[in-house]
Amino acid sequence: MEAIGRPEAGGNGGGYLAERGWRSWAFTLDHKRIGAMYLWTTIFFFLVGGVFALLLRLELLSPQTRYFSNHAYNVFFTLHGSMMIFLFIIPAIPSGLGNFFIPLHLGARDVAFPRLNLASYWVFVAGFLVIIGSLVAPMDTGWTFYTPYSAKSAAAVTTLSLGLFLIGLSSILTGLNFIVTIHKLRAPGMTWHRMPLFLWSMYATSIIQVIATPVVGVTFLLLAAERLLGVGFYDPAKGGDPVLFQHFFWFYSHPVVYVMILPAMGIISEVIPVFSRKPIFGYKAIAYSSLAIAFLGFLVWGHHMFTSGMSPLANAIFSFLTFFVAVPTAVKVFNWIATLYKGSITFESPMLYALTFIFLFAVGGLTGPFLGALATNVQLHDTYFVVAHFHYTMMGGTVMGFFAGLHYWFPKMTGKMLNEKVARLAWALVFVGFNVTFFTMFIAGTRGMPRRYAEYLPKFHTENVISTIGSVVLAVGILVMCWNFFQGLRKGGPAPANPWRALSLEWKAASPPDTENFHEIPIVTEWPYGYGTPKA
Amino acid sequence: MSGHSDEHADPAVAFESAKLGVWTFLATEVLLFGALFTAYTIFRMKYPELFRVEHAKLDRVLGAVNTVVLITSSFTVVLGVDAIKRGKARMLEVCFGATILLAAVFLCVKYVEYSAKFHHGLYPGTNLFFSLYFMMTGLHGIHVLLGMGLLSYVIVLSRRGRLSASYYTPAEMSGLYWHFVDLVWIYLFPLLYLLG
Repeated sequence: MEAIGRPEAGGNGGGYLAERGWRSWAFTLDHKRIGAMYLWTTIFFFLVGGVFALLLRLELLSPQTRYFSNHAYNVFFTLHGSMMIFLFIIPAIPSGLGNFFIPLHLGARDVAFPRLNLASYWVFVAGFLVIIGSLVAPMDTGWTFYTPYSAKSAAAVTTLSLGLFLIGLSSILTGLNFIVTIHKLRAPGMTWHRMPLFLWSMYATSIIQVIATPVVGVTFLLLAAERLLGVGFYDPAKGGDPVLFQHFFWFYSHPVVYVMILPAMGIISEVIPVFSRKPIFGYKAIAYSSLAIAFLGFLVWGHHMFTSGMSPLANAIFSFLTFFVAVPTAVKVFNWIATLYKGSITFESPMLYALTFIFLFAVGGLTGPFLGALATNVQLHDTYFVVAHFHYTMMGGTVMGFFAGLHYWFPKMTGKMLNEKVARLAWALVFVGFNVTFFTMFIAGTRGMPRRYAEYLPKFHTENVISTIGSVVLAVGILVMCWNFFQGLRKGGPAPANPWRALSLEWKAASPPDTENFHEIPIVTEWPYGYGTPKA
Repeated sequence: MSGHSDEHADPAVAFESAKLGVWTFLATEVLLFGALFTAYTIFRMKYPELFRVEHAKLDRVLGAVNTVVLITSSFTVVLGVDAIKRGKARMLEVCFGATILLAAVFLCVKYVEYSAKFHHGLYPGTNLFFSLYFMMTGLHGIHVLLGMGLLSYVIVLSRRGRLSASYYTPAEMSGLYWHFVDLVWIYLFPLLYLLG
């Protein structure tokens, strides 16, 4: 499996990037280019969503509204939430890195349906254009669009619903493409149990995308119909039930948090063994735990609705089931830690982000039971504790996993090396800034500060000032990281085919890979985690 | 544009991939309708009397005619797919053409039904039963339209000589989709028209 120093496998002439001109991108069928376009697009939304976050933090510097009106504040948190969730966290890893690396991991030349792949990118773009169209009357409902307010709000909810419907369609098509690719296009010898764990996580992710997304699609359609035709499904005056909307919404949106986190977990499973020089511990346990998470994720949506007036029995059942999701998640975390144990660990930037993932996600995970347990949830519901919890899991988890993946695969994607010192500096700023920002919110939340309010009681002032300072540090860290990527693209040194001495198939392709990935389809004879053995 | 072909070197793999892809897509379609069926179940349990009274306002004869029309259209699709498997492109075009015609008949009947309902002041917002009726049959109607587009596309492909006994994937896949459209109606008809 050794590929270092093969002269034909190092940055040779630009690979898939060789062709120039906008048409070569807009009409490309190459999964790598489509993945790269998704990456650019989603990172753009990440930065825009980040600006909205900073505006929120700015307003929260003072207990009274100072810079914006209450309505503007509502618009900002709605835009921050919707952009980050629908336009960044959900698509970034699956559609961006997944598109790029699934065929490379499998030893395939492309995904199963390249045309469909391109179509799903443009459907995604169409979706966000429609969403931009909805800004004529900006949303103020929060990213969950709960009825009855969303059915009555003067904002452009109908337009936004249709935009999200398109984004959802794009997500379904991508997931479908990946499922077929993984089933049908594995290289000879690539059995299910030789697949890299990133593929297992992407497979589980795709199943969730395919099964859950249609439900939110029809939910948004019904919301649009509610506003246009007055169908009354969510309207108590007509015999409907607003809580029905919440059931439909969370039947999608809870499983979808695993669309957000599973691909990141897949990246961590790739990075940890490479930088510990040890075979991954518990390969099958990690692989099957992804499927278990996908399955259990469909049974727990009701825990978002403990205070919405479901029956006490339903509450108790959802609370009980919720705890089960912790089991496969813990299986993964313990196996990563077991992989680290007695490894020869080095702290390159991908590894720093991977370890950060484990730490922050553990904090996020351990604060989950407070919310999953019925009694404490009723106390903490809709406080900053919830905000802190999901930022630790979503940003501390998914986004750190995404950063780990970007740093890990940057040489493969671009054929250039990053400045490692700057990367570590950016990491330090992100790590410190993140914890200052969000750990403070746990404290504010347990003391009772409610979420989504532009004004708050003066007793929460200190926490909010600290949190805002942290958010600035975090933003600076992310800017330094972006600058580093930009510099790396412009004048990074040429990357060898396999800078990290990794064993999975993508590192056997050139850096950057050629259009058809491999000169010859590789024949796989063993699993990709044989580190520390004589062959590695 | 990047010298990339979207057709796999191995046609057998391509066919298997397409089949798995369409079945997976149909699974998503089931879930799309699933939410509406769930809503139907909930509201029917909550307001049995409303459903009993309101369903009588639907025209069972027209519904039954449409059921026969759609089942017949599924039959003509099968004949068309079978024809191209034996290399008879002309036969495929005739059969798929007949299917599109039947689909058009279905939509015309639907149009008559909808106008009659509007005429009697029954709209999507009138009550929950008619909301469900219009949403479910409306979504199904959109699928009929999409299916007509797909089948027309296959006819175009066939006329250009792109389909043969050794390559008939688009015909088979659009056939699968059409069966799904038919199947949804087979559930909708008794649920809305017959059960009181």
